[in-house]
Amino acid sequence: MLNGIETGGVWVYSEQGAAGIRPVTYELLGQAARLAHAMKRPVTAVMIGRDNDQAASLAACGADQVLLAEIPDEVLPDELAHTMVLTELTRKYQPAILLMGATGFGRSLAPRLAARLETGLTADCTGLEIDPKTGLLRQTRPAFGGNLLATIVCPEKTPQMATVRPKVFPKPVPDESRPVRIIRERIESTDRCFEFIERIPAAEETDIGTAGVLISIGQGIGGTENIAMAEELARRMGGVLSSSRPLVDSGVMPYARQVGQTGKTVTPKLYLALGISGAIQHMAGVAAKTIVAVNTDPDAPIFGYADYALRCDCGEFLRAMLEKN
Amino acid sequence: MKIYVCVKQVPASNETLLDPVTHTIIREGTQSILNPFDAYAVEEAVRIKARRGGSVTAFTMGIPSAESTLRRVIAVGADDAVLLTDRAFAGSDTLATARTLAAAVKQRGMPDLLLCGKMATDGDTAQVGPMLAECLGFPHISDVAEIEETDEEACVVRKMTDDGYVRLRIRLPALLTVLKEINIPRLPSVSGVLRGEQAEIVRMTGEALEMNADRTGLAGSATRVVSTERPVLTRKTIWIEGTPAEQAGKLRSFLQEGGPIC
Repeated sequence: MLNGIETGGVWVYSEQGAAGIRPVTYELLGQAARLAHAMKRPVTAVMIGRDNDQAASLAACGADQVLLAEIPDEVLPDELAHTMVLTELTRKYQPAILLMGATGFGRSLAPRLAARLETGLTADCTGLEIDPKTGLLRQTRPAFGGNLLATIVCPEKTPQMATVRPKVFPKPVPDESRPVRIIRERIESTDRCFEFIERIPAAEETDIGTAGVLISIGQGIGGTENIAMAEELARRMGGVLSSSRPLVDSGVMPYARQVGQTGKTVTPKLYLALGISGAIQHMAGVAAKTIVAVNTDPDAPIFGYADYALRCDCGEFLRAMLEKN
Repeated sequence: MKIYVCVKQVPASNETLLDPVTHTIIREGTQSILNPFDAYAVEEAVRIKARRGGSVTAFTMGIPSAESTLRRVIAVGADDAVLLTDRAFAGSDTLATARTLAAAVKQRGMPDLLLCGKMATDGDTAQVGPMLAECLGFPHISDVAEIEETDEEACVVRKMTDDGYVRLRIRLPALLTVLKEINIPRLPSVSGVLRGEQAEIVRMTGEALEMNADRTGLAGSATRVVSTERPVLTRKTIWIEGTPAEQAGKLRSFLQEGGPIC
């Protein structure tokens, strides 16, 4: 114990998005609780910013204590400011493990922090386990566009740092009866990477990264009429239209809709691929519960990944789907 | 304006060989390309130089044959290039890589602006850019979609975040990692290719960088790959046959079985 805080254990960085704590934070708490149980150590959620009555939700999802570092207000979280705060806190309270969401900000902050702490960082883990012999965190991640799964350890430095993509792990069922213990720290951080100018009003409101249903179109979609039908199907299914690389390269679809290694990684419940061949670079970005593939080419690699395979023209398929809906 | 670009040579295909003992990548004998994201960083550097004058220097750490990637970068407009190559660098994780690049950058003189691609397509980590910024004491912005204006003092950029785009100002010297949407890289001209072929590539070893052996390579890496395996595709594919209307109907009932999807 130090300043009323249990030292060591597993830390989860609680990331603040425009709409509150990002869901990946809760998903990480679920994993942290499992790891901390194996280590017989506590789970600590670290919040940077203002107390906004959200600490209880972190406790309900597995945090034994919430470390709240109050810093001057910021419109957008800043990598240098958060690096400075987390450096101070980790040096003081010595966590063994620090988990962060592999969000846009997490993937920018975590490496900066790891470099300052001179510790190891593993990106985009899909498996986290405590090695019963060594007590080290075994971190499994895909590499080479998903062609390989590597298990990585950080044997000599702490904290052992890992990032995890949103929706890789489930959100734990909240237990509101868990006690909420908040410890406050005041840190006057002055370092900043940038000055905020403005948010650019989004022509593109939709985030394909967190959509539950994606209707995804590729080169085999056919004409613009088919794209309009795909968009309509997405609307009716409460989903979002996404795309593979060729349609983005040719200017038909915006980059923000691109799925795959050079686009976004998506984690929908349903991924309905229309006229997408299924190159490894594309599939590297698809972590869907259910994959449906529609393609006229029976040898298209996409069928190797699909739960449901339909050898069919995309236009005819869309017309049939829309007629019955 | 002094602009540096860090690039990486990556396998042309992700079907890759691994050393069964060290679990590190066997880079010899495989066909290689410039990491696609780095092509955007190079192009952006060349465009800024065209507007504001100055120079563009490319850095890479890799095996001796990574020199060919640097020649391609010169062919599309970089002025010169530095290859960091040494057995002692082998097995570097992202932190050891960032430290090694930082040592080279410091030795060649600090730039005003350092550009990197968002990530490399082989490791997929997106870590070296921000780590390099930290090693150099530079501020950084990741996922830059547009560099709107830049002078000797600062850049104004448009950045993609998880909640949409924002405009930010960053003081120089700084490091930016760029997205694919920032530009369309040019193809090399014939004279460019010739220039690339004739250019003298500066080579630097660990000794030249005055780096301690425990700061780079496998010895300087905080992480260890302990095992690798090929993922197995476990999906059982159900083929849905019939006319499009029948297929659509069957698909709908399958999806409804699996939960409230449509």
